[in-house]
Order: sequence, then structure tokens, then C-alpha cells
Amino acid sequence: MAVAKLVLAATSGKSSKILLGLRVLAFLATLSAAIVMGLNKETKTFVVGNVGNTPIKATFTAKFQHTPAFVYFVVANAMVSFHNLLMIALQLFGGKTELTGFRLLSVAILDMLNVTLISAAANAAAFMAEVGKNGNKHARWDKICDRFATYCDHGAGALIAAFTGVVLMLIISAVSISRLVQPNKCSISTTAATPSVVP
Amino acid sequence: MVKVTQRLGGLVLRFAAFCAALGAVIAMVTSRERSSFFVLSLVAKYSDLAAFKYFVIANAIVSVYSFLVLFLPKESLLWKFVVVLDLMVTMLLTSSLSAAVAVAQVGKRGNANAGWLPICGQVPRFCDQITGALIAGLVALILYVFLLIFSIHSVVDPFLLRKS
Repeated sequence: MAVAKLVLAATSGKSSKILLGLRVLAFLATLSAAIVMGLNKETKTFVVGNVGNTPIKATFTAKFQHTPAFVYFVVANAMVSFHNLLMIALQLFGGKTELTGFRLLSVAILDMLNVTLISAAANAAAFMAEVGKNGNKHARWDKICDRFATYCDHGAGALIAAFTGVVLMLIISAVSISRLVQPNKCSISTTAATPSVVP
Repeated sequence: MVKVTQRLGGLVLRFAAFCAALGAVIAMVTSRERSSFFVLSLVAKYSDLAAFKYFVIANAIVSVYSFLVLFLPKESLLWKFVVVLDLMVTMLLTSSLSAAVAVAQVGKRGNANAGWLPICGQVPRFCDQITGALIAGLVALILYVFLLIFSIHSVVDPFLLRKS
């Protein structure tokens, strides 16, 4: 009886529609962050010196692979967007699979793991971008954003998308955990959906 | 009997996480080294880098939070709120640790493409103490992941074992 009530609560219309919408948004945010940072590359030619009258030019490239934090950022965003895609597919196309106790728990645990993954990735990339933007005079590291402005702008856009993804994943994880709560403490949808049972 | 061992296990885990987070804060705050390079004198402190400041603040918040939750009575209704707060604290820990590790890795190896030289050759004791603080932060994070799963198991009853 308790299992039936929990299944009813978990597949009830309101909370699963909200969850689906949030998951689509999080999928789009993390996918765009991964793609924008993955395609981040800028090549520029600088004049490094003069031999007599002719200037010597050297070409420098700024790629995301140069910084390990950005590589981790791309990989983590790709993993989280794949997780969201799987959950969306499960909700849309696995209509008849009942979300019994263990499956609901594994969805909640996977959501929590992905929250920690994406928050770590977004934060590491943010601090590395801050060092790249402002430099560090104590360690004598020069800033690179004044020379590679487009690279920095694209990176900033990817970071904003990733932080949106972090907030959305946190809300999704909270909703998934709240669906684990016992049915008699659950939301109003159970009273509307409980069929009349002769005791 | 099961309840008592459950509660004891939770307390032990939380106390260990409190100690680890506090150790990380203390190790990072007391790391300070002066190195002289010909005429120049370089003082390396943790507050030179923003990521290390964030690490210290985040771990300080976590240690204060764990200390307060240690004294929460068993029958209180706030344990459900503790599950949510545990998730947020785990997120805080992992983000601060990954930011500090990313910046410390640049300090140790440098970044040849950006022209950033590694600084660990000049201040080796500072680097070692930072490494120790980061390891303590990692231990706190692992303990908090266990605590999160433990809180969900004991508070939310996901396997519907209790008949109510």
C-alpha cells in the first residue's frame, strides 16, 4: 500500500512536469557550456622584436587545452548534460517503468553526484579564469585577457552557462530528494490521485 | 540497538569531518614563507591567491556547521533540514577544493603557454603545507559524502522499511 502510494506520488503530473522542464533547461545550459568552451581557441600574431627595420612576428595560440581546469570543465559539463539527457529519455520514453524504491533512490543519488561534479568544475574554471584575467603580482603571473580578448569573452560565456547549470542541478536534486519523502507527508497530488480502496 | 549504533556512527563521522575541515583551515592559514632572491624578498602567503582564500572560508564554514550539528538532539525535527544542508555543504567543499587544487597545480608546474613560472621551487615549505591542507580538505569531502548518504538513509527512509 505504501509502495503504491509512493509510486503514485512519484509519477504524479505536477512534480514530474516541473522536473522535466528543469532537466531540459539544465541539459541545454551544460551542453552549451561544454560546446562553447570546447571550441574556444584564438590565434594572434604579435610583434616580438625588431631586427634593424623589419619587425619579427610570432604567432601565439590560446586554446582551452592549455589549462587543465578548462579540460576538466569541458569533460564534466559533457557528463552532466549526458546524465540529464538520460533522465529526460527515461521520463519520456520509459512511461510504463514503475519508479519503485530502489530506482527512485538511484535517481536521487545520481542527481546529487552530478551536482557536486558540476559545481566543482564550474568553480575551478572560474578561479583559473580570474587568475588569467587579473594576473597575480605576488607570483609574477601576467594576465592574458588583454591580449586574447575573444578567448576570454567566450570563456566567460561558457562559465555563465555552467553556473546556471549548477543552480538548476541543485534545484533538480532538491526535487528528486523530496520525492523520496514518505507518502503521507507528500504534496497535495496524492489526495487527488488516491483511488478509493475498501479497507 | 540498531538506532544507537546508527547515531553513534553518525556522530563519529561528523566529528572526524569537523577535525579534517578544521585541520585544513589551520594548515592553510599558518603557511607563510619568506624567500630571498638576490636582493628581492618574496613573501608567500595563502591570501595572495583568491582560490586559497575561498578554500579557507569554505572550510571554516563547514567546520562551524559540523560542530553545531554535533549537538543537535536526536528527536529534533530539524534532521530533515540537516539533509539539505549536508548537500549544500558537500557542494561548498567540493567546489573550494577543486578551485584550490587547480590554482595550486599552476603554482607547482607553471603554465608554459601563458608564460607563468612555477613558484614552488622558491618556497618549498609553503608548497608542502598547502599540499597538506588540500589533502585534509579532500578527507573532509570524502567524509561528508559518506555523511550525506548516511543522513538520507537514516532520515528519509528511502527503502520504505518503516511502516507508518
